[in-house]
Amino acid sequence: MNKVFSRSKGLTDVPFTFCPGCTHGIIMRLIAEVLEELDILEETIGVSPVGCAGFSQDFFTCDFVGAAHGRAQAVGTGIKRALPHRTVFTYQGDGDIAAIGTQHAVHVAARGEKITSIMVNNAIYGMTGGQMAPTTLTNMKTSTSPFGRDPQTMGFPMDFPKLLAGIPGAAYVASVSVDSPKNIKKTKDAIRKAFKVQQAGLGFSLVSVLSTCPTNWGLNPSESLKWLRENMMPIYEMGELKVSEEVEKL
Amino acid sequence: MEEKVLLKGNEIIGEAAIRSGCKLFFGYPITPSTEVIEYLSANLPGQGGTVLQAEDEIGAINMCYGAACTGSRVMTASSSPGVSLKQEGLSYSAAVELPMVIVNVNRCGPGLGGLGPAQSDYFQSVKGGGHGDYHLIVLAPSKAQELYDYTMQAFDLADQYRNPVMVLTDGYLGQTMEPVVLKERPPAQEWDRSWIVDGAEGREKRILASYSLTNEIGEANNLYWEAKYKEIQKKEQQWEEFHTEDADYLIVSYGTTGRISKSTVLNARKKGIKLGLIRPITLWPFPVNAFKPFLGKIKGIVTVELNTGQMIEDVKLAVNCGVPVELYRRQGGMLPTETEILEYIEEMIMKTDAKEVQA
Repeated sequence: MNKVFSRSKGLTDVPFTFCPGCTHGIIMRLIAEVLEELDILEETIGVSPVGCAGFSQDFFTCDFVGAAHGRAQAVGTGIKRALPHRTVFTYQGDGDIAAIGTQHAVHVAARGEKITSIMVNNAIYGMTGGQMAPTTLTNMKTSTSPFGRDPQTMGFPMDFPKLLAGIPGAAYVASVSVDSPKNIKKTKDAIRKAFKVQQAGLGFSLVSVLSTCPTNWGLNPSESLKWLRENMMPIYEMGELKVSEEVEKL
Repeated sequence: MEEKVLLKGNEIIGEAAIRSGCKLFFGYPITPSTEVIEYLSANLPGQGGTVLQAEDEIGAINMCYGAACTGSRVMTASSSPGVSLKQEGLSYSAAVELPMVIVNVNRCGPGLGGLGPAQSDYFQSVKGGGHGDYHLIVLAPSKAQELYDYTMQAFDLADQYRNPVMVLTDGYLGQTMEPVVLKERPPAQEWDRSWIVDGAEGREKRILASYSLTNEIGEANNLYWEAKYKEIQKKEQQWEEFHTEDADYLIVSYGTTGRISKSTVLNARKKGIKLGLIRPITLWPFPVNAFKPFLGKIKGIVTVELNTGQMIEDVKLAVNCGVPVELYRRQGGMLPTETEILEYIEEMIMKTDAKEVQA
C-alpha cells in the first residue's frame, strides 16, 4: 500500500500538547514541512520563547535553544552571528514578540538580521490563562481587561507586523492566517518565502500568523475560527506587507 | 613573543579577549566601560571576529547566550546599571551552563550613581544577582597585568566549568593607563563540545533550555548545579598574600583597594606594626581557605571596601566570627589613601590592646 501522507520529518513523534482547536499545531507543521522541503532540517536552529509557543522546542527535529521571555530574537541574533551559514528562526507568541520583546523585534528588523521570525498572534496571553496582550482587540474581554479593553486606559491593539514592515532592514513581512485550507496554503507559501529570504541573505523576514485560543476566548474550535475571521482579520492588515525589491526577484 | 605595551585598563581587557580566542562581543556603551567595546570594534573584526552594538544590555547578554550555545567564545562588558539589566540573561546562562565572560567595570550606585570607582556590586556579583540559585565565577584584578591575565583565565574557567565568569573591575582600573606584558597563553584545553547547538547534522537534535516541567526535574537540576558549584568552591579559590607570615593584623581587600592596601602594609611595617594583606582574587568562590592558617594567631582583620561593607560578611563567615573583623570603607566613587587606612588600623589596634590590658 502506498503511503500518501505522513508526519513531516521536521516533527518529532512527541504528540502536540495544545488545547483542542488551537492552531499552533498547524503552524508548526507548516514550518516543519518547509524546512523538510528546503532540505535544511540539519542546518537549522530554532529559538523557542516563553508561553505556549515555548513547547516548540520539543516538537521539531532540528536543534533548539530556549530563550527567556521576549528574548528569542536577541538569542537568535547571537546564534546567527556565531554561525552565519546556519538557518535560524524564532517561534514566538504575540505577547513575547510585541510586548516584552519589542525592542529586540524592532532592532533585528533595523539591523536586517538574517533570521526568520514566526509570530503567532491569538490576541491573548494563552499559557498564563488569558490575559490582555498588546494585540487584544478593543472591547475584548480578558482576565486583565474583564470589562473589555478600553483604549483610553489600556491602549489600542497594535498591528506589530505593519510596524516592522516600515523598517528598512525588514526584507519580507507577511501577515497570514490558518483559519481555512486556502489560507493555510498561503501561510505555507509565506513561511517558505521567509526562509528563502534568509537563505539568500536579504535581511530580516517575519511571518505573522493569526491563530486561535478557544480555551481563553471561551469559544469552541469552529466558533473560534469564525471569531478570528470576523474580528481579527479586519483589524490586522493581511497579506504581504513588505516585499523588498531583492525579494521580488527571488 | 611577549610584547610590552601601554594601554588603558578597558583596552587591556579587549586585547586579552582577542588573544583568548574570543570571536564575538555584544555590548552597549556605558561609562566607565565603553573603551572595551570601542577597542574591540576597532580590533576584533580584523581578527575574524564580530562586534555588535546591541539595542540595550538585555539584548547584548541574550546575544551572548545565543552565541555561547554554539560553543563560540563570547564576551560582553558593561558597568553597574548596565550589569543590572543583564541579570536575567545571566541567570538563564548559568542555568543552561553557558561559558561566557562578563566584564563589570563597577561604578558607584545605587541608581544612576556616578562614574567613580566602587565595589558596591560585590553582593550582586557573588551572591547570584539574578533570580534562582546560581553562581558566577568572579575574578577581581587589581592592576593592568591582572586585567590581562584574569580575562584570559576567565575564558578558560568558563569553558572548563561551562559557567559564566565575571571579571569585576572598577572605574579606576578601567580608565588608568599602565604598561602590560601581552603574554602568550598556551592554547586552551579542548573541552567537551558534545552539548553545543550548531545544527543537527548527522546526529540527534539537541535542546539547550532551562525549563523544568516537573518539580522533581527542577530539584534534580538544582542538585546537579549545586554539585558543580561545590566542586568550583573546592578547586578554584585564589588569593594573594602580602607580608602575612608573622602578621598580628590582616587587611582583606580586593581590586583597587587591595592594591592601595599594599602600600598601607608597607607603611605599617615601617612603623613596626605587623600588618599583612589577603587579597582575594576569586570573589566567588570566596577564598575561605586563605584564612585557616591565621585562626588563633591574629588579633584582628580589617576589610577595606568601596561600599557599605559587603565582602566583610564573607570574611566573617570565613573566620567563623573567631577574630574581630572591622570595616574601613569609602563610598560614592571616593578612594581611600594608604595613610587613612593605616590611621584607622592604628586606632583599631589601640582599642584591641586596651581590651587585652583590661583582660
